[in-house]
Amino acid sequence: MIEKTGVPSKDLIESIFPDKVVLKKPKAIIECYKEIPCNPCSTSCPFDAIHVPEDINVRPEIDFDKCTGCGICVYNCPGLAITVMQLQNGKVSIKLPYEFTPLPTVGEMVNVMNRAGEVITKGEITKVQLTDKMNKTALIHMVIDEIYLHEAITIEVKHGR
Amino acid sequence: MKRAEFVIIGAGPAGLRAAKSLLDAGAKVLIIDRSDLLGGQLTKQTHMFFGSEKQHASKRGIDILKLMVDAIIEHENLEIITNATVVGLYKDFVIGYVKADVYYKIQADSIILATGASEKAIPFENNDLPGVYAAGAVQTLMNVYGVKPGEKVLMVGSGNIGLIVAYQLMQAGVEVVKLIEAASHIGGYLVHASKIKRLGVDICTNMSVKRALGKDHVEAVEIWKLDAQWKGIEGTEETLEVDTICMAVGLAPLTELLQQLGAEVKYVRELGGNVPVINQQFKTSIDGVYACGDVAGIEEASSAMMAGEIAGIEAALSRGYDVENAANRLNELREDLSNLRNGPHGEKIRAGLAKLGVL
Repeated sequence: MIEKTGVPSKDLIESIFPDKVVLKKPKAIIECYKEIPCNPCSTSCPFDAIHVPEDINVRPEIDFDKCTGCGICVYNCPGLAITVMQLQNGKVSIKLPYEFTPLPTVGEMVNVMNRAGEVITKGEITKVQLTDKMNKTALIHMVIDEIYLHEAITIEVKHGR
Repeated sequence: MKRAEFVIIGAGPAGLRAAKSLLDAGAKVLIIDRSDLLGGQLTKQTHMFFGSEKQHASKRGIDILKLMVDAIIEHENLEIITNATVVGLYKDFVIGYVKADVYYKIQADSIILATGASEKAIPFENNDLPGVYAAGAVQTLMNVYGVKPGEKVLMVGSGNIGLIVAYQLMQAGVEVVKLIEAASHIGGYLVHASKIKRLGVDICTNMSVKRALGKDHVEAVEIWKLDAQWKGIEGTEETLEVDTICMAVGLAPLTELLQQLGAEVKYVRELGGNVPVINQQFKTSIDGVYACGDVAGIEEASSAMMAGEIAGIEAALSRGYDVENAANRLNELREDLSNLRNGPHGEKIRAGLAKLGVL
């Protein structure tokens, strides 16, 4: 299905998530489903948690024990295919990459999208990071309800918001 | 007539990197480019690059361009002629170019062709209406000149260019109504496809344009489903209200100059069309003439950079220049290049190179 529509199947999505216990701490969720020649996720990780071998076409492998959920890979991934997720008190805290202007503002309630581009819920923006070294890919921190853990992926773009 | 030892035609990623290799070797280099800006397609590539860190992966194309230009621009052995279109390439290595309506000639000793590619188009009724664009042109308008091509776009083609330009149209505030693809599956990287799909752009495979509608400009487009032979199926037409149709349907190497020169070319479908027959050194069938980048087969900018560096080193060696650590560096570049082409997305290029006998 993903090969025709760009939407990964439920099985594919679930295959990249760790156990919910692991997500008590923030962890990078890598949605790189097909081999492409690319390795910045691995080379940018300061904790040696993501591995791509010498053959850079091999899909990245993440060591959740080492991943701290810092988010550096999120804004270094050229495919914008990484988010960071954490489960806390029935909520999911998400860090996601965002490359549109204007950026959302802290406290704003935004429309949250699933992988099919449908609005599924509202999320509260808790932090917006964009420093020089992030090179124009902002990190948006957002909190949503836990039931959307496997569904939420980005926020709706609103030009001229 | 003006003389130059090494003339590089085209200042894109391949040409700029070839220039760096030659300058490092101590050679004098003249670069000619038809644009007023150095960098070829890099001038509009605002997205982060794939590949490995060695080829600046994760940096944006426009920033990689700046690094490449900064690395050579102050060099005393470098001359650059911009706004100049090379229109003739002759067997005695005389290069003719036109700048501001004046025709000039240069006598070269060695020539590196890095002319890149042109965009392909598909035939459909009214495809000459204003509002029908090639994707690269749309990207230039938006990202180089800050001009929106339209307000509502149909993107045709799901290769990386179609997917990336669709995303950049959205960044510019343009609505991408749909992306259609004639093949049965998405051609480009799935991460790029997922990136636009989750923002609400539908990607539809087995579909093409039947015709554009409108009087003086595009006002709508009729699309239809294709059968297994890529023929439109009557009765499946769907009309979309758009003011822009953007075609990202492939690239064709610009080999005309090489053909004028008499270099051997071969039609290799997997490489985009007519390509020069080159060897491992990126040398064409004519001694002293090299071809690298998209002109030698359609690939990514990262491969063009590596090919340019190899061609530059080989061209320098062929004229007796001493290149420090040449053997090691060439080995490393060839390994990186084959590594880049190793995955499923490199299958086509590998098949094409095998037909050329350089794999």
